[in-house]
Amino acid sequence: MSNETQTMTVLLVGVGGQGTILAGDLLAKTAAASGYDVKISEIHGMSQRGGSVSTVVRFGEHVASMICDEGCADVIVSFEAIEALRAQQYLKRDCGRLFVNDEAISPVSVAIGNATMPGDVSARLEELGAVRIPAGHIARSANSPKSTNVVLMGALSTALPFEDEVWRKIISKRVPPKTVDANLAAFDAGKQSARA
Amino acid sequence: MRRLLSGNEAIAQGAWEAGVHIGVGYPGTPSTETLENLSKHDEVYCEWAPNEKVALEVAAGASMGGARSLVTMKHVGVNVAADPLMSVCNTGVNGGLVVLAADDPSMFSSQNEQDSRNYAAFARIPMLEPADSQEAFDFVQRAFEISEEFDCPVMVRESMRIAHTKTLVETGESHNDQPLRSFEPDPAKYVMMPGFARQRRLFVNDRTRKLVEFAENSGLNRVEMRDTSIGVIASGAVYQHVREALPNASTYKLGLSWPFAPQSLRAFANSVDKLYIVEEACDYFAEHIHALGIRSDAFPGIALPEEGELTPALIKRAFSIAAPYAFTAADDLPPRPPSLCAGCPHRLVFVTLRNMKAVVTGDIGCYTLGATPPLGAVHSTVDMGASLSMAHGMELAHVQERTNRPVVGVIGDSTFAHSGITSLLGTVYNGGSGTLCILDNRTTAMTGCQGNPCNGVTLKEQARGLSPLDVPAGKPLDIEGLCKALGVDDVVSVDSQDLAAVKEALKNATDSSDTLSVIVFHSPCRLIDRTRKSAPEIKNCRACGMCIKLGCPAIEKGDDGKAYIDFTQCVGCGQCAQVCPFGCIESKGE
Ligand SMILES: Cc1ncc(C[n+]2csc(CCOP(=O)(O)OP(=O)(O)O)c2C)c(N)n1
Repeated sequence: MSNETQTMTVLLVGVGGQGTILAGDLLAKTAAASGYDVKISEIHGMSQRGGSVSTVVRFGEHVASMICDEGCADVIVSFEAIEALRAQQYLKRDCGRLFVNDEAISPVSVAIGNATMPGDVSARLEELGAVRIPAGHIARSANSPKSTNVVLMGALSTALPFEDEVWRKIISKRVPPKTVDANLAAFDAGKQSARA
Repeated sequence: MRRLLSGNEAIAQGAWEAGVHIGVGYPGTPSTETLENLSKHDEVYCEWAPNEKVALEVAAGASMGGARSLVTMKHVGVNVAADPLMSVCNTGVNGGLVVLAADDPSMFSSQNEQDSRNYAAFARIPMLEPADSQEAFDFVQRAFEISEEFDCPVMVRESMRIAHTKTLVETGESHNDQPLRSFEPDPAKYVMMPGFARQRRLFVNDRTRKLVEFAENSGLNRVEMRDTSIGVIASGAVYQHVREALPNASTYKLGLSWPFAPQSLRAFANSVDKLYIVEEACDYFAEHIHALGIRSDAFPGIALPEEGELTPALIKRAFSIAAPYAFTAADDLPPRPPSLCAGCPHRLVFVTLRNMKAVVTGDIGCYTLGATPPLGAVHSTVDMGASLSMAHGMELAHVQERTNRPVVGVIGDSTFAHSGITSLLGTVYNGGSGTLCILDNRTTAMTGCQGNPCNGVTLKEQARGLSPLDVPAGKPLDIEGLCKALGVDDVVSVDSQDLAAVKEALKNATDSSDTLSVIVFHSPCRLIDRTRKSAPEIKNCRACGMCIKLGCPAIEKGDDGKAYIDFTQCVGCGQCAQVCPFGCIESKGE
C-alpha cells in the first residue's frame, strides 16, 4: 500500500470446499483488528458444489466497493493452480503478487473427457510471476490436511502490512481449540515457504 | 461493539435489538442466513414456513395480533408472497411488519433477475435499501418504527453484494424488549371485503401522501455534495461502486427506494451540471425519477449494461475513464461449473432418466444440476413446483405419444412441500396420468441444508444443530401417505442408491402410461450424512466409460480412457460399481 489512504485488494480463489471462506474470514478479521476499515465479499450458492469460488477482501482507511475489478488485485491467493489462471486478469499487472497452492484439481468437465487440462500451467504461472506454495503438501506432511488454507494465509501475510501477533491472535480465536498449535505451525510454514 | 457482519447477520442483529418477536421465512440465496442468525436468539421465535406466501401470512397474523414480525425471502419468493403482500399493504399492521427481499443481480444463484423495488412501488409501501451492513443494522430498526408509525408493512431490499459482504458494524448489543401490542378486533381494518377494502384504499392514498412527506425529511436519503459538475443518483451496493469509480462526484444516495422525495431530488438535480442515474439490471429509478419531471443525462462513455450487476469498472467505462492495464482473461481453461457431490442420492435417478431418453420437467434445487453434462437429463426448470404441473401440461400436449419418450416430472422434497403439493392435486383432480418423482434427500440441500416439513426439523432445532437424521420434534411429512390421500393410486418408495430398484420403478411407472405414478426416492444428502466407506478398487478397467458418465467428481477418465478414483473425494457410495457393466469396480463395503 503506497499511500495510507489507499485501499488494498486481496482476491482469494479456489474450488468449492477448499476452505477459502475461513481463510477470508481470518484475513478480514486481521485487517479489522489492525485498525483498518474492511469489506469481505463472498459468492455463495451453487458454486459451492465443486465449482469455482472467490472471496474478495478489501481494506484501507475507508473502503467503498466490495468488488475487485480486472487489473485491481494487489494480491491473489489461489488455492488451486487452474483457478489462478482463471483469475489472472484481476491481478494488478505491474505490481500485483500471486501466491498459488501448487496443486491442480480436475474439474468434472475434464474428468468426463469433455475438456482437457492446459499442458503449460507451470510456464503460465511463471509468466505471471506466481510464488508457488506447496500448501497442501506442507499441511499433509504436518498431519493436518485441513490447514492448507492457513498455510496460504501464512504466505499471504508476507505481502501485507499486518503484525504477526494480530494474525496469530485471530487464528487462535477462530480455529477449533484442539487445532490451534497445528494451525499456528501451518501459518509459520506458509510464511517460510513464501520467503524461500 | 464493533463487529464484522454480513448484511444478513446485521439485519438479524438489528431486528433482535429492535425487539422483533417473530421471524419467519423460506430459505433462498442470498436471504437465508438472516433467519438462521435471528433464530439463535432465545428472545425471538423463528420458524421456516413451507413457502413465502405462508411465511408472510404467518407474519401478518402475528402483526395483527400485536407482535413485531420479520419475514425473509429471496426476490422470487416475493412473487409467491405477492398475493398476501398486495392486500396486507391495505390492512396495514398492528405490530411492526418488515419484509426482507434479497435480490440477485447477475443471478449468482437464481433463475431470474427481477428487481423487488417494483413490488414496493406496486404495493405502495416504503422500501429501505441499505448500502452496507451498518445501514442494514440501522435500517431494519427504522423499518419497524416506520411500519408502526404509518400502519404499513415495510420492505427492506438488499442485493447479494449487501447480503453476503461483511463490513464493520457498531452494534448496540442490547435487546430492546417490546411489549406485545394489545389486540382489538377491527373488521373494518382487517376484513378486506369490498365495502371495507374501498375505505382502506382511501386510507392508503392518504398514507402515501404522508409517506412522501416523510421521505423528504426521513434522513434515509443522503445528499453528498462534492464536485458539482457531476451528480449521481444511486443506492445500495451500486452507491459504493459509484464512490469507488467517481470519488469526486456529488451523490444523492437513496436509502428509501419508495416513496421518492421529489423536492430534495429536484434540488439535487438543480445543484449539479450533469445528472446521472446509476442502477443495475433495471431502470426502476430512471422511470420513477423521470416521471417526477426530473431529467437525467446520457453517459458520456459506453452505456451501462441492461443486465447483470454493476462494477466500478463498468461505471468508469460509462464515464470514459480508462481501465487499468491487466492481463487478458484466459479463454482456454476447462470450465468448472458446480456438479452433484460424490455420492449424491440424486445421481442414479438422472442417470436412469437419461438412459431411458425421458423428457424431464425439472424443478429448483441441487437436482437442477441433473441438466448439466454428462447427465443432461433435465429439460425445464422454471419456478418452484412447476415440474409437476408442467409434466401435466406436456401430457395435455401429447408429448409422450408424439415423441415416444416418457415424460417425467422431478421435484425435491422441500420444493414439493413449497408448492408441489397443489400441482399434484391439480393433476389428480383432472385425471392426469404420467410419472412424477419426488427426490427425498431429507433436507433443503441447495440453500445449505435447512429443515423443512418433509424432514420435520424446525428452525429452532436446526439452530441447535439437530440433524434430520436424528429424531426431530416437528412431524416429518409422510410423503407417500399424502400422495395417496390426494388420490394417487400408484405410489412407490425406492432407495435412490439402489440402481436396480431405481430402474425398475421408473420402468414400471412409465410403462403404465394411463395411471398416475409417484415414485418417492429416499436417501440422505451427503452433506447431512457424512459417513464414508472406503473407496472401491478398479480392476482390469475396459475403458467403456459407463462410470465416467455418472459425472461423479471422484472419478476421472485417464489419458488411456480408463477410469481412476480420486480417493480424497470418493465417499464409497457404490454408485460406480453398480453401473460398471463388466464388474470391474469392487466396492469394499466398509
Ligand atoms: C420461490 C423460491 N423460493 C426459494 C428459492 C430458493 N431455493 C432454490 S432451491 C431450494 C431448495 C430446494 O430444496 P429441495 O427441493 O429439497 O432440493 P435439494 O436442493 O435438497 O436437492 C430453494 C429454497 C427459489 N428458487 N424460489
